[in-house]
Amino acid sequence: MPMEQKEIESLIKVSIPDAEVTITDLAGDNNHFSAHITSSLFDGKTRIQQHKMVYDALAGRMGGILHALSLKTTVKKD
Amino acid sequence: MNDHVSESIQSTIDSNDVVLFMKGSKEMPQCGFSNAVVNALSYLDVKFEDVDVLQNEEIREGIKVFSDWPTIPQLYVKGEFIGGCDIVKEMFETGELSQLFTEKQIAHTKKD
Repeated sequence: MPMEQKEIESLIKVSIPDAEVTITDLAGDNNHFSAHITSSLFDGKTRIQQHKMVYDALAGRMGGILHALSLKTTVKKD
Repeated sequence: MNDHVSESIQSTIDSNDVVLFMKGSKEMPQCGFSNAVVNALSYLDVKFEDVDVLQNEEIREGIKVFSDWPTIPQLYVKGEFIGGCDIVKEMFETGELSQLFTEKQIAHTKKD
């Protein structure tokens, strides 16, 4: 069963508490999403590290039941 | 992951400056994400080795462990993991990808 948008968002927020998450359902099929995540916790990290933090938050679902999640991460500035 | 899988991946990225682990071949990508990276590299006229993970289940699973990265495609430049589709696309759009090839002294065409 595909993951719900809300489920993705809440999993990310558990690991990255200050995350602002914007999820777009790209194909309207509840299966191809793009997520833009902004967090101060990304500060000082490379893009690879930032994306890994999100993948870790999704705890193994990425590449499995969640095939198509395109990511963009931005550092939150105060 | 078996040692021979990890050795085979290591040897591929050691013997080629630019390697793309992808679904399908560069001539015929089998996935939109892989296709997007092929297009970015082709646009910059970068010579690269393509590894079709659909031809080898061990490599397909092994590369995810090797890079500690859950998805394919994966781009390596001079032995260094650069990222997957989203990161490569973003670097392409900001000009960082072209800059990276300049820094790593890899022949490419700089386009603005």
